[in-house]
Amino acid sequence: MSSTTVPSSSGAPGSADASAVRRNSKRPKYSKFTQQELPACKPILTPRWVISAFMLVSIVFIPIGVASLFASHDVVEIVYRYDLDCIPASNRSNRADKVQYIQTPGDKTCNKSLTVPKRMKPPIYVYYQLDNFYQNHRRYVKSRSDQQLRDASSEGEVSDCKPEDMLSNGSYIVPCGLIAWSLFNDTYSFSINSAQVNVNKKGISWKSDREHKFGKDVYPKNFQSGGLIGGAKLNSSIPLSEQEDLIVWMRTAALPTFRKLYGKIEHDLEENQVIQVSLGNNYNTYSFNGKKKLVLSTTSWLGGKNDFLGIAYLTVGGLCFFLAMAFTIVYLVKPRQLGDPSYLSWNRNPGWH
Amino acid sequence: MAGGRRRKLHFSKIYSFKCGKASFKEDHSQIGGPGFSRVVHCNEPECFEAEIHNYTDNSVRSTKYTLATFLPKSLFEQFRRVANFYFLVSGVLAFTPLAPYSAVSAIAPLILVVGATMVKEGIEDWRRKRQDIEINNRKVKAHQQNGVFNYTEWKNLRVGDIVKVEKDEFFPADLLLLSSSYEDAVCYVETMNLDGETNLKLKQALEVTSGLHEDTDFRDFKAIVKCEDPNANLYSFVGSMDFEEQQYPLSPQQLLLRDSKLRNTDHIYGAVIFTGHDTKVIQNSTEPPSKRSKIERKMDKIIYLLFFILFVMAFVGSIFFGVYTKEDLHNGKMKRWYLRPDNSTIYFDPKRAPAAAVYHFLTAVMLYSYFIPISLYVSIEIVKVLQSIFINQDVHMYYEEADKPAHARTSNLNEELGQVDTILSDKTGTLTCNSMEFVKCSIAGTAYGRGVTEVERAIGRRKGSPLANGKGNGDDQFEQSADPKPSIKGFNFSDERIMNAHWVKEPRADVIQKFFRLLALCHTAIPEVDEETGKVSYEAESPDEAAFVIAAREIGFEFYKRTQTSISLHELDPVTGQKVERVYQLLNVLEFNSSRKRMSVIVRSEEGKLLLLCKGADSVMFERLSNSGLDFEENTVDHVHEYADAGLRTLILAYRELEEDEYRKFNEKFNEAKNLVSAERDSLIEEVMETVEKDLILLGATAVEDKLQNGVPDCIDKLAQAGIKIWVLTGDKMETAINIGFACSLLRQGMKQIIITLEAPDIQALEKAGGKTELRKITEGIALLRNSSGSSEAFALIIDGKSLAYALEDDVKDMFLQLALSCASVICCRSSPKQKALVTRLVKAGTGKTTLAIGDGANDVGMLQEADIGVGISGVEGMQAVMSSDIAIAQFRYLERLLLVHGHWCYRRISTMICYFFYKNIVFGFSLFLYETHTSFSAQPAYNDWFLSLFNVFFTSLPVIALGVFDQDVSARFCLKFPMLYQEGVQNMLFSWRRILGWMFNGFISAIIIFFLCTNALETQAFNNDGKVVGFEILGATMYTCIVWVVNLQMALAISYFTLIQHVFIWGSVAIWYLFLLAYGALSPTLSTTAYQVFIEALAPAPSFWLVTIFVMISALIPYFSFSAIQMRFFPMYHGMIQWIRHEGRTDDIEYCNMVRQRSLRPTTVGHTARLAAKSRRVQDGNHSR
Repeated sequence: MSSTTVPSSSGAPGSADASAVRRNSKRPKYSKFTQQELPACKPILTPRWVISAFMLVSIVFIPIGVASLFASHDVVEIVYRYDLDCIPASNRSNRADKVQYIQTPGDKTCNKSLTVPKRMKPPIYVYYQLDNFYQNHRRYVKSRSDQQLRDASSEGEVSDCKPEDMLSNGSYIVPCGLIAWSLFNDTYSFSINSAQVNVNKKGISWKSDREHKFGKDVYPKNFQSGGLIGGAKLNSSIPLSEQEDLIVWMRTAALPTFRKLYGKIEHDLEENQVIQVSLGNNYNTYSFNGKKKLVLSTTSWLGGKNDFLGIAYLTVGGLCFFLAMAFTIVYLVKPRQLGDPSYLSWNRNPGWH
Repeated sequence: MAGGRRRKLHFSKIYSFKCGKASFKEDHSQIGGPGFSRVVHCNEPECFEAEIHNYTDNSVRSTKYTLATFLPKSLFEQFRRVANFYFLVSGVLAFTPLAPYSAVSAIAPLILVVGATMVKEGIEDWRRKRQDIEINNRKVKAHQQNGVFNYTEWKNLRVGDIVKVEKDEFFPADLLLLSSSYEDAVCYVETMNLDGETNLKLKQALEVTSGLHEDTDFRDFKAIVKCEDPNANLYSFVGSMDFEEQQYPLSPQQLLLRDSKLRNTDHIYGAVIFTGHDTKVIQNSTEPPSKRSKIERKMDKIIYLLFFILFVMAFVGSIFFGVYTKEDLHNGKMKRWYLRPDNSTIYFDPKRAPAAAVYHFLTAVMLYSYFIPISLYVSIEIVKVLQSIFINQDVHMYYEEADKPAHARTSNLNEELGQVDTILSDKTGTLTCNSMEFVKCSIAGTAYGRGVTEVERAIGRRKGSPLANGKGNGDDQFEQSADPKPSIKGFNFSDERIMNAHWVKEPRADVIQKFFRLLALCHTAIPEVDEETGKVSYEAESPDEAAFVIAAREIGFEFYKRTQTSISLHELDPVTGQKVERVYQLLNVLEFNSSRKRMSVIVRSEEGKLLLLCKGADSVMFERLSNSGLDFEENTVDHVHEYADAGLRTLILAYRELEEDEYRKFNEKFNEAKNLVSAERDSLIEEVMETVEKDLILLGATAVEDKLQNGVPDCIDKLAQAGIKIWVLTGDKMETAINIGFACSLLRQGMKQIIITLEAPDIQALEKAGGKTELRKITEGIALLRNSSGSSEAFALIIDGKSLAYALEDDVKDMFLQLALSCASVICCRSSPKQKALVTRLVKAGTGKTTLAIGDGANDVGMLQEADIGVGISGVEGMQAVMSSDIAIAQFRYLERLLLVHGHWCYRRISTMICYFFYKNIVFGFSLFLYETHTSFSAQPAYNDWFLSLFNVFFTSLPVIALGVFDQDVSARFCLKFPMLYQEGVQNMLFSWRRILGWMFNGFISAIIIFFLCTNALETQAFNNDGKVVGFEILGATMYTCIVWVVNLQMALAISYFTLIQHVFIWGSVAIWYLFLLAYGALSPTLSTTAYQVFIEALAPAPSFWLVTIFVMISALIPYFSFSAIQMRFFPMYHGMIQWIRHEGRTDDIEYCNMVRQRSLRPTTVGHTARLAAKSRRVQDGNHSR
């Protein structure tokens, strides 16, 4: 590489020998790197490049969009909003009434039939969807103790959990914190023609959570026994690693509207079949005007039903196609002499010298 | 023989220097009083009295820090930057519960960034330290004991030491001259490092000490010097010496200053008076001002703008947060009960909602800190250091002869090099090599000399112009003269008609003989005969004088001996062809001064003829010619003009024979005037001289080339093409400066010269009367300009030091600047170092544009420090300028590459880099804000803590550094080929507010696209076929992935030079992100928290993750891509056009390139292109008129 330069050896300093002086020359070594002459590709946006880039994007995007749309359409989804339906008509008029109804103890089961619009193949996922529920609120997100959840010996690690950290007598709450305390407690049971449909509640949480974040030897303690009851209670004889509802709930949602997995139905549901749902409407979303929805959905390779991605792909693919066309036309209609300096701003301005 | 004689020659008698003897003046009465308390015990530095004074030792320190002060001082420097201080505050706040993220993740990048900068500071200071060590360990002979002199290090010298300095050595401290190798204890000193003057100064010791000639004489030497305290005044020294119970006054005449150099004297003995930091040079040196580039200053403004946006966002968020929080509890009823508003800390307490909002504001300010690129400063520092390494490594800026590469001494001005609007250049040593060469002469109306000057060569190189090799100087083949000959310093004359005694055969041989004889006689040089070879060399006051004597010698009129009263020559006798010895009696020397502009000698030849030999500037000589001597005057005038246009210094030679009678009268008057002791003495002498210097007979003219450094005219032309204005500030005489102006094509025939001078006698008279003439002149000049506006006429302003002093006064300076700016060239001559600095400041402040000062001497230091960029020429020995410069180069011509290539690149790189930095941080920071709007403004970050803090450090930093170091819009070749490209920097087109805001806007758009698409695509539904939904951590990781992709791809779109390094860095950064995600996710959940196994378990197996990423990254780039496609095609900037040219392969098409270049060239007013154009215009006009 640097063949032109003499290798600099450690010539004796101060030597009068001319060759030694030469060898000590401060001449920079020549290399393509130091002279900034590295081979490089120097792309510029030529018409061909621009048009082919746009074309390529549209060619790739449109099929993906179509595929996504198909995937989304394959998914059968039943969404049923029940937060109003499950309140007696007399209590529906204003928020205070609704809140009062939900806070009054008693059986709040309500029944409803849903019709399957299309054949649903198992596994059919059962979700609850909450609306306007800020699981991502900073106070809420932080109000948990990961050590405590994982490790029985760290029961006392409750510093982040206030005010649900300990009982007034000083004994720790396990699991502590607002997230666990506000655990969702509506229940769903399904029957078809009076035959109970089994809802599998195993495997609804992430495996890593079950195995590494929630301890096998950590059992609920003093849970929901304070003055204010938040949500669901936990069976204190089951370790946390098996309390999958809790595990699912503890993985906080990113946005105020979210679904969480309730269980799986491992039966076929035929088209037009009617499912009886028995809803235990216990969870208070009324004080903050939150909606509650029950969702039954199959999945495709892409997940649940959402046309957005498919449409977006198609839109952008189309846009790129349009841009490719537009650029083609513009380049054809208005070719210009390359390197025409009349475009230079300082040539337009005759004022300076 | 000659050497021995020489030693006895008393130079003091040839020169009429005034300060030969100092007398006790009133100053001396102050000795011993306050300010004059220094007592030096010469030759006994160990004695008790000397010890108690405890003067500093002779080591110097130029470092900023010491080991002890490094930490506090450099930390203070670091946190003086607003952004760093902000990060420090938010880092401290991160330890409180206010923090939206963990404290460690907030403080770690800050430590990294500040640490890196401090390491850099440390290394730079270490370099300075090493330089100090080198200087402090230089060796000098110092008196030990019993008359033994041994080498010691400079740093070990103490006040009172006796040192022996040998020829061409620097003085290690301020010394009192005791004796020299000359009998009368004079020595020659070169003070180039102090004031930039190259002529030698004569110093003389006191007579009482002048006898100390041998080392052993100092065995018992004792003296006590009492003098002033250390001060910065170079030209004053007050003191007295007690020697052998007598007191003698001391003057600056006896003081040898540190950093000046002993010349032409074998050795001197001196006593150390001031050491180390007490020396006048170091007292004089001011702390080098730390300079920041315009871009960085503008960058600060952008950071303030970002702070403003940040605070606005935080403020808006806090208001919403306060409102939402307040609503949570209403009459004891909880709204969002799951947040337990009834039992809350102050940060979320609805009962104290305003307080909560205030706290939230602090949190939000911390959260949005990602708006401010923490690594920006450190990245810029790294980039600049690497850029300077490239500058240092450029082989095209390496000067073989002096073995000097370019050296960027400070790295923070690299991009400023791309924005230079005005260059203020020193002349001697910068534009010229300060060596004069005799190249041409015109004798008896015939032009001799086939040498080609640098200017002519430059013009000749521009091919396609028939003018270049048209009618040169009477000969039509330039090339022939290039035959190699042993070069003689100061002589570059070749003409076979005269050389080798051929002049005898020329038609006017008698005139030629007189011509060269005059050159051999009319001077004040001193010959030095080498005893071995018999060769003669000369010591002359100025290099052009030496050139004349050498020329005479080479032609055959060898001046070899001077006594007080005679000059001896070896002359060729035209009749016999033999060399004969001739002695001329030297009767009078009528000295040169700048108002007389001529010098004469009166000699008596061996035949007894009285001759007045005179040489002088054409402006004063022609009027003194006798009417009978006019026969070839016209030709001579033509030649002189031709020479001047070729950039040569011309002198007219003439002589006259004096009658004995006339001479006797003159001599009487002359002596009378000389012996006069009154104020009118000088003017009287001049008057007397005037009476004989008349009715001269013209012999001819000489043309001496003040040798320009290699490639200077070319370089100036290129710089002019690039639209850079060039001012010359020189301490030289006006004529010299104008000549150089011609030589460099800064001036040319037909340019209107506005000369403002106070040296002309009539003006001096006016000045005495109190008239402010310079003001009038400036106004006149402006009026002149106004009148001619619109015409193609170019103006040149030439102003001398005295006028400059007035012009720089407050009330006039704006007018002066206005005048100067509208002139094509400005030359300030006879300007002092201070004036140079003031002019620089005037230009800098008055125009607001970037100025670059270039110089080589210590007299340029002020200018170099004042200018935005100071460039030192490191070619010659003086190091003072280099030490105070920002960048050192070995030759003026490297400026072209430094500015047009490196400057342009660095400017482009840094500005693009900063824009990009803001872009990427806005993308990131704004996405945080958008997410926060969906968390009811609770300041919850969208990403994991470590994602947050590593964004700037890991995943996006390397590509941007690669951009800053390697990107080039067009290659060096094109930068030089299309100098107009440089205007992009001068007009700051790449860092205009429009462009900056455009990039910021692009950032906002990208953030919105990313956030909107990600949240909608991953909304509520299951995102994989296992029915799992998107949680906080999955959305965060996906959005983050998209951001990493988008900013890196954006980088790929923005750069125009893709080497392997760029590929590695860009794709590497993206890869690192994935690897990090994997590695971090594999850590135990205690450390990785929400990122635990998120990639391997959730993201990677889900097709929707990949589809969303691809989709988002392409969509976010479409706006920029379309924009730049349109811009590139239809509104390309200049670099874009050059890229087109390169791309279209039209670089080989010379005609096409020229067309583009010509069309983009602006009509320049200086440089040889302009000269050529003007000349061809003149010719055309001439043709028309005929």
